[in-house]
Amino acid sequence: MAVKNYILVCGGTACESSKATEIFNSLKEEAEAQGVIDDVQIVKTGCFGFCEKGPIVKILPEEAFYVEVVPEDAKEIISESIVKGRMVERLLYVDDTQEQKDEFDVEDIKFYQKQVRIVLRNCGFIDPEKIDEYIAREGYAALEKVLFDMKPDDVINELKESGLRGRGGAGFPTWMKWNFTKGADNDQKYIVCNADEGDPGAYMDRSTLEGDPHSVLEAMAIAGYAVGADTGVIYIRAEYPLAIERLEIAIKQARDYGLLGKDILGSGFDFDFEIRLGAGAFVCGEETALLRSIEGNRGMPTPKPPFPAVEGLWGKPTVINNVETWANIPMIILKGGEWFRGIGTERSSGTKVFALTGKINNSGLVEVPMGTTLREIVYDIGGGIKDDKAFKAVQTGGPSGGVLTKDFLDTPIDFDQLTAVGSMMGSGGMIVMDEDDCIVDVAKFYQEFCVEESCGKCAPCRIGTRKLYDILNKISKGKGTHQDLENMKTIGTAMKKAALCGLGQTAPNPILSSLKFFEDEYLEHVDDKICKAGKCKDLVRFEIDADKCIGCTVCARKCPVGCISGERKHPHVIDQDQCVKCGECYAACKFGAITKS
Amino acid sequence: MAKMTLEDLRTLRESKKGELDKRDTEGKDIHIIIGMGTCGIAAGAKDSLDAFLDEIEKHKIDNVTVKQTGCMGLCYVEPTVEVKVPGMPDTIYGNVDAKTARDIVSEHIVNGKLVDKHIFDRPAKDIVKE
Repeated sequence: MAVKNYILVCGGTACESSKATEIFNSLKEEAEAQGVIDDVQIVKTGCFGFCEKGPIVKILPEEAFYVEVVPEDAKEIISESIVKGRMVERLLYVDDTQEQKDEFDVEDIKFYQKQVRIVLRNCGFIDPEKIDEYIAREGYAALEKVLFDMKPDDVINELKESGLRGRGGAGFPTWMKWNFTKGADNDQKYIVCNADEGDPGAYMDRSTLEGDPHSVLEAMAIAGYAVGADTGVIYIRAEYPLAIERLEIAIKQARDYGLLGKDILGSGFDFDFEIRLGAGAFVCGEETALLRSIEGNRGMPTPKPPFPAVEGLWGKPTVINNVETWANIPMIILKGGEWFRGIGTERSSGTKVFALTGKINNSGLVEVPMGTTLREIVYDIGGGIKDDKAFKAVQTGGPSGGVLTKDFLDTPIDFDQLTAVGSMMGSGGMIVMDEDDCIVDVAKFYQEFCVEESCGKCAPCRIGTRKLYDILNKISKGKGTHQDLENMKTIGTAMKKAALCGLGQTAPNPILSSLKFFEDEYLEHVDDKICKAGKCKDLVRFEIDADKCIGCTVCARKCPVGCISGERKHPHVIDQDQCVKCGECYAACKFGAITKS
Repeated sequence: MAKMTLEDLRTLRESKKGELDKRDTEGKDIHIIIGMGTCGIAAGAKDSLDAFLDEIEKHKIDNVTVKQTGCMGLCYVEPTVEVKVPGMPDTIYGNVDAKTARDIVSEHIVNGKLVDKHIFDRPAKDIVKE
């Protein structure tokens, strides 16, 4: 019997961690038990991107989009959706703006409306563990095209035409890297994939590898052909077990089909892969440190030049791009550079994937054309700020980037615009902050991360990050001075100029940009010794207003350290010496009797 | 599987493409909606469904989605099927056995002609949204 329904179960790490595998298995069992196993094809796909509402199960062709599914729902999904062809209403995604559940289309979900999916074209659609499904979606057609219809120079020209810039953060034109390596005279060259995604809150690359591993393999083989390399190395952090597993499966399947290995498709071109696991050091996302780590040395950057394009892995010319850059390439080859250039902005063509997290309603993985405004991302796709709080800022580029305030909500996002306003694209982490976030606290968090992750090789970074962190710590305790603020600027500027690699050069960015846009908030901490957001614990003081307190004892019962005392029906008092400033009492009081200052 | 040649890859891609295209609902403007309530299934709607899928495949039509729905209320002429083709009136067919299903595909969808003797009206216009 022909298959009439498809059930797509999200198999990204986010959904996987909320029992997607169990759901997948239960669906299979139920389909078997209810006698419809032959009518359906149950597919585990890559990330749908709508992680906020995961795990996600989609039924085709009905386009039923089920969210927050639990394994126990399997029975009902099968009996309703498959056997009876009805929707399981309670599991359908409901947009607040959506009035009715029936007349419903996935494309109507605001989260998806403004997105353009090139990198994530197959994520959430194909089974990443089946090469046939990738092939059916024009997979390996780009490799076929370059091997038989294009010269290496044609490939590089197509890339040049596309205007593709590296998606790892710096935005260097991809064709130039390839061209340098192609021009280097050497009998051995390498192609490397940087899958060492390290920004806190970023998971674009992981999702791409989990959802569509073949797109990266195909692209790297294309690069191999263009520059004359026969070996690809994927450097991926060991914390991404699912991505690694799917890559291994993909490599094996491609080898079995002869799409990797010797004499690919009879073209005479050889290309094969190895996977190297990283131990999860942030600095190893820096290309020279990454190469040292592959070679078995300690992951520390080396001065550039020589650039890896000329002297890279094992001293040989090496093309190194990150996952997202690679995933774009087959599409550029197939549809042409001109097509790609038509998407996005003048100097930043194509799309960008962002991992949207923080105080946002729809956190998830989004892919938008370059030039989309922050407002569209935060309010239209992201659904606005949680609990209707006020938007404060967005941090882009993780520990290397800066903050974008509400004044920049209408700034089109591309490489140059972000740099112009003191942030950076970075790899695509986007953390949304609301009024409850303290800018000093956020800067301190990132600086602490940089202190931990600095490899220690060069003094500006090793000492600079520590000094900056110490000063922030001092400010957050209410002991900062105006001189401290000046010192941070001086140290930060020096690091930008003197540090050896991108980590140290960009580590002061969160501080410098927040100092620029939120100087008032720093000054409040320094002069008035207050933290309005209440995040800097040493500066917060909770007190009970005796006039408002009715003595209900709720706060006293909530207090984890038992420092609130008082008789029932009489005003209570907080013992300031013992208070740990957790804010539990403040949140619990129904009478507004507890003040935070 | 042995290593593939260019031809093998192309053949494989073509053969798998149809299968994946079925998952893609974008750009499919013809809908065949089959009443699969208990009454419909008992009257043989599953066979009709198979016939639809098979016939569509045979004609290599790629802009059709086949969906199932609950009982349409015309239990006396089950299996019932609603066919929506742009430019033609939405039509409800009754007594759709496997053969009629094949006729609907080749006549209604391919040739743009209604299959007259199987047309039934909506049971109650007011409760079904146009």
